[in-house]
This record gives sequence, structure tokens and C-alpha cells, in this order.
Amino acid sequence: MPSPSELKERIETALPGSTAQVDDLTGGGDHFRAEVVSDRFAGLSRIEQHRLVYDVFGDDVGGPIHALSIKTSTPPGGAT
Amino acid sequence: MTNEEIKDFIDNAIGENRVMLFLKGTPQQPACGFSARTAGTLNALDVKYAALDVLPDPRIREELTSLSGWPTIPQLFVDGELIGGADIVAEMYETGELAEKLGAEQPAEPEAAVAQTTPERKAPPMQLENRLD
Repeated sequence: MPSPSELKERIETALPGSTAQVDDLTGGGDHFRAEVVSDRFAGLSRIEQHRLVYDVFGDDVGGPIHALSIKTSTPPGGAT
Repeated sequence: MTNEEIKDFIDNAIGENRVMLFLKGTPQQPACGFSARTAGTLNALDVKYAALDVLPDPRIREELTSLSGWPTIPQLFVDGELIGGADIVAEMYETGELAEKLGAEQPAEPEAAVAQTTPERKAPPMQLENRLD
């Protein structure tokens, strides 16, 4: 069963320089919310930003990860 | 029904309906909180949309995801283009972008408008007959 810390680590590994906060929405280990801050998102549409995060998990989304709610943003002050 | 026919059906649904929502359940009886929120948002904006329940056949979701490259349900398409899932729709609604894109009027209190939208209060939106059974 995936854990919030596992998801956080996978996001931060796949998107170097990003920071992620992941919560288990239901406590059941299958509905998560991830807030991801990364300068990789700069200039991308919301769709593209969310796809970058979904792509970290591939087929796990819809599998062991039933739901992944995503909020993306770029670091305050822009890319460093 | 073959997978090819399901794919064609989805293609046509996206092409023929300016606002097309794929969800779990129906707008009147959504089967998932994310689908409920997205349908509620469209209802709050009072736009006409077509909806297709992905639950009757797992292949609907498989074909939709392979076509859109988007792994989760709901999925909202406008003018043939994927707008996003529940999170993006909610964000765009709050900022007024969604109302603008749909040519709808932004409610004065957007969150209250979604919360008030219950199946009983609103005329049902246009619905696609689900021909995938």
C-alpha cells in the first residue's frame, strides 16, 4: 500500500529540485493529495504541469493509487 | 461492442459536443466525489454539456485514457480539447477562467453556487444516451 512519504519521495526524485507535500485524504492508502512546487512547471499549462506529476506514477494511478489530487505551483520569486 | 467501436464512440462524443464530461456515474447521481464536484461546477455555471458514465464498461475508461493521456476520471473536454480533471476544473472555476472559456456567467459566490447545485434544484443537463451497454 503506497504511503504519503513514498509518494513524496517518488515525486521529488523524478522532478529534481521540486518539493512535494503529500497527504492521505482518507487514511486508506489509496486517495492522495499532492501539492508540488517545482520550477519545472514554469511556462507550462496546468494540463502539462499535472501530467508531469501523473507521469511519475505511471499505471499506479488508477491502480494502487485510486485517486491523486494535484496542485502545482512554481517557487515564489520564480526559478532560481 | 469492440474496443475500436468504443474508441470511435468516444471520439465522436468529444467531437460532437462542445462541452463533454466523462465521469463516474451520471451528473444526477455521480458515483465519486471528484465527478460530483466537476458536474456540480458545470451546473453552477449553467452550461449545457454532454456526459458519459465510464463505469458500465471498463474499456470506456481504458480507451478514453489512451486517447487523452490522462489517467483519472473525471475528464472535461471543451471544443475537442482536454481541459483537465477535477482539480484543474476547480482551479479554473475559482479564477473565472472556466466561465470565460465556456461563455458563462461567473456566480457571485462560486463555492456556494457549486454547493447549492443538487440534482433536485437544477434541470438535468443534456445527456448522451449511453450506448455502450
